[in-house]
Amino acid sequence: MTLEQILFLVFALIGLGLALASVTMRNLVRSAFALIGCLFAVAALFAMLDASLFVVAQVAVYVGAIATLIVLVVMLTRLEQQERIPQTHRYWPAAALLAAVIVAGVAWGLWQYGFFDQTPPALPAADPIVELGRALVDPEKFLIPFEAVSVLLLSALIGAVLVAGGANKKERTE
Amino acid sequence: MGDLFTTVSNWLNGILAEAGIPPEAAEWIFAVGRAFLLGVSGLLLVVFLIWFERKVVARMQDRIGPNRVGPYGLFQTLADMLKLVLKEDMVPPQADKILFHLAPVLAVIGVVGLWAVIPLAATAYGVDLNVGVLYLAATGTLGTLGILMAGWSSRNKFALLGAFRTVAQLVSYSVPAMLAMLVPVMLSGTMSLAGIVAAQDGFWFGVAAPLAALVFLIASLAEVARAPFELLEAESEIVAGFHVEYSGIRFGMFFAAEFLHAFTIGALLAVLFLGGWRGPGAAEFPTLGALYFAAKSFAGYFLLVWVRATLPRIRIDQMLDFCWKVLTPAMIVLIGALVLVNRALAGTSMWVRNGALLGVNVLVAAGVISLLSRSQSQSHAGAHGRAPGKGAQPCALAGMGDEAEAAS
Repeated sequence: MTLEQILFLVFALIGLGLALASVTMRNLVRSAFALIGCLFAVAALFAMLDASLFVVAQVAVYVGAIATLIVLVVMLTRLEQQERIPQTHRYWPAAALLAAVIVAGVAWGLWQYGFFDQTPPALPAADPIVELGRALVDPEKFLIPFEAVSVLLLSALIGAVLVAGGANKKERTE
Repeated sequence: MGDLFTTVSNWLNGILAEAGIPPEAAEWIFAVGRAFLLGVSGLLLVVFLIWFERKVVARMQDRIGPNRVGPYGLFQTLADMLKLVLKEDMVPPQADKILFHLAPVLAVIGVVGLWAVIPLAATAYGVDLNVGVLYLAATGTLGTLGILMAGWSSRNKFALLGAFRTVAQLVSYSVPAMLAMLVPVMLSGTMSLAGIVAAQDGFWFGVAAPLAALVFLIASLAEVARAPFELLEAESEIVAGFHVEYSGIRFGMFFAAEFLHAFTIGALLAVLFLGGWRGPGAAEFPTLGALYFAAKSFAGYFLLVWVRATLPRIRIDQMLDFCWKVLTPAMIVLIGALVLVNRALAGTSMWVRNGALLGVNVLVAAGVISLLSRSQSQSHAGAHGRAPGKGAQPCALAGMGDEAEAAS
């Protein structure tokens, strides 16, 4: 094993450990921060695969926006109650079985695909960011999905403004 | 001596090769060394920055500033540092120990990490990332997390209030900051900071798009949470905000991170809008370029200090209004207009294109100012006979005045 492979495994293990911590910890804020650590570990894995865009997107989107909101919401909850609530419910063996089946299915699929003994193709010489940018505005490639996502996000934005603005007006007239 | 950085790295490479270290290992050693050097010199710079800021603010307020320790009070900060290090490091008994200790470290990482991609000269930078601008946005979020962590783990209501204000302020203002950073990316066609500097050959983006530079400066000022945006730690409202429970060296870490962040904003302003290391003769002699870069960064930093020394703190509703109703819409309009003009004049000479871009900036700025003054006169006219609690909001755009009228 090369040094890179060892580091990759270390980061993967850190990510797994933090993911486990985020679902088992009693303290909600700590588990939210464990989730953030886990997202960082995934970003580190992307970094080791030379996918720099994914690294920064992972950190900027997940850690910067989503995780910050999660932490904020968790901070607003009453933490004293968390100590007494049971963390599992009675169907947990079924859920565990389902999860195990899914993991086994994915692993089998990868095995069938011959994923484990393939060497990855060399990265293209051109700047991958430029390639990605071209692909996003190319009608042959990703223009339609890109525009569909834009419309979806725009409608979500307008909806948020409508919900917030409507509530405000009611308050004012009262 | 023209290219100090290449000379030094060649010399070190020679030493490593003579010692029998393979080139791959030498590369690793160099990467670690660069990271170490950037981080340490960044933090050491803080010692000078604090002295500089205290001196400048003092002069602006007709005082002398630090003048006892060392020549011109230069060693005052060292004495203060010694005091901070020797002070008792207190941890509140109710605090969440792990997060409490981790928070200042994250705050420092979030700032020092920014220096990894900033090109100091043509041949001197930590790493030339092809997603440099996005990296800046991503690294900046670490500081936000650190502040949130500090506010929550202290188990102090004032600290928590400070942390909540952080989210409102830092998350809001990162939107116009990102939009403003998009302008140099668009004009240069690359996200790499070295590429952006290289593209400013002959024409600085700050000249072609001064409005974007101004919005970047304001939004960054809010992201550093310095005066007039220091709502996170407003002493008269929430004691000291998120770091109220921190003392000794941990407080010192927050303090150092804030000062270095302010200077980093100056450096980013220089890189994105003022041509970075570019200047007469800088392409041939990178050492000279580093001097230009330092001068531009300090000019930007001086601007921040100046603002801090002169402007009063704004209210939280004004702060959010200004971000969402003025800066963000203005930047969206500006970017749209810049894209169209830049595309339409792609074939023309540099002077025509940049002149047109400048014209677009002036037009958008004039539009924003006229809208603002209209809404202000409206809200002033409507302010008579209204309950004192519903005062006029000078930062609201036109249209808000009408709504407020209808409400009252």
